[in-house]
Amino acid sequence: MLTKRIIPCLDVDKGRVVKGKKFKDIKDVADPVELAKYYSKNGADELVFYDITASNEDRDIFIDVVERTAENINIPFAIGGGIRSIEDFSKVLRAGADKVSINSAAVKRPELITEAALKFGSQCVVLSMDIKKNGQSWDVYINGGRINTGLNAVEWAIKGEGLGAGEIVLNSIDSDGVKQGYSIEITRRISEIVKIPVVASGGAGKKEDFLEVLKIGKADAALAASVFHYKEIEIKDLKEYLYKNGVEVRRDF
Amino acid sequence: MIAIIDYGVGNIKNVYTAFNNLGFDAVITSEKALIDKSSAIILPGVGAFKDAMDNLYKHHLVNCIRENVDKGKLLFGICLGMQLLFEKSHEDGEWNGLGLLEGEIVRFDDSLKVPHMGWNKLIKAKDDEIVKGINNGEYVYFVHSYYLKAKNKDDIVAFSDYGVKVPAIVRRDNIIGMQFHPEKSGKTGMKLLKNIEEMIK
Repeated sequence: MLTKRIIPCLDVDKGRVVKGKKFKDIKDVADPVELAKYYSKNGADELVFYDITASNEDRDIFIDVVERTAENINIPFAIGGGIRSIEDFSKVLRAGADKVSINSAAVKRPELITEAALKFGSQCVVLSMDIKKNGQSWDVYINGGRINTGLNAVEWAIKGEGLGAGEIVLNSIDSDGVKQGYSIEITRRISEIVKIPVVASGGAGKKEDFLEVLKIGKADAALAASVFHYKEIEIKDLKEYLYKNGVEVRRDF
Repeated sequence: MIAIIDYGVGNIKNVYTAFNNLGFDAVITSEKALIDKSSAIILPGVGAFKDAMDNLYKHHLVNCIRENVDKGKLLFGICLGMQLLFEKSHEDGEWNGLGLLEGEIVRFDDSLKVPHMGWNKLIKAKDDEIVKGINNGEYVYFVHSYYLKAKNKDDIVAFSDYGVKVPAIVRRDNIIGMQFHPEKSGKTGMKLLKNIEEMIK
């Protein structure tokens, strides 16, 4: 059977990997290509690079990072952040990325999902959703968690699938960087309702958190950043732990 | 020199990089003269079946591939490139493929999550030099929504289990296909590509 995937996420700013808390307090961590190589050799199933830069000049540095990464690793990786058009898709795919994730741009213009899926195939269109719980409802946010779109997370996930997304990433804003565990309930609800893979993101602090979101949250993959970057958890050990607890993972790497 | 066929679809740079890192002399090309001169042909592919076939015709590559295969040259299709080797696909309609191998490409059942995306185990159906040094249960990376229903079980070298038996590696004589992405399948993928290299020499 298909394994559950473990995905380190690298936030890249001006050619460096950085990490923040609840989308703020950004800290410098490492060289992205070196870190990508390390993860590729040490059990990561996939990588995600988020471009958190703003200027066009920094954007070129990011593309260079993508190209050098593609030349140095042999596992799949996705690109997110600042993707607004089919041209943006083309640019990062040509640089060597396997998938592209869109967030704010998809909310503003949902047809972008369909256009990209038709041109590049659903498998490379990832719908990334920043979500937050307000009362009983989970809402979709854009612009780095600053604007509540008023969209319901479950409804947006279903719509995104219908438009042609091949995968969904759920970033829980409240859990991000807090290391108190993933948002299990919403991950499970969305994973049960859509027929495309769901990646849980935001909140990993210990091995048990991964087990919980993959088993109880029914996520197909779990994404994390700082616990891996700061070596609080080695992916190899995490996978042994998951395997012993009945989760199918790739252990030969 | 091996020719990686460029017919305007998908991201073929990663295939080139993987072969290049293994020390292959590879070129990305759509030129008949270069393809005719090559020692092996790689047919990569990401995207839709119909577009891919249309593009092969547009670049006048269909006959070129057939002629080279008839001469006994090794042809290696990856992912969609493997599906194109077969007679027909049911991806959003019904489309003819290259018809070099017998079988049809069909969609996964709706009870499964589609695409079949991620790492799955290779299970050998028979011994072959392509899977030399590969153990049963090694993982490779898949991304696809359609899979092969082969006519000749003997063409299947290895499969994966995703509710159904998904042909993962196929071979008939000098025609080879892999449904997964060896260039994205870590150490196991590199071993498989090395085996291909041995076969070209």
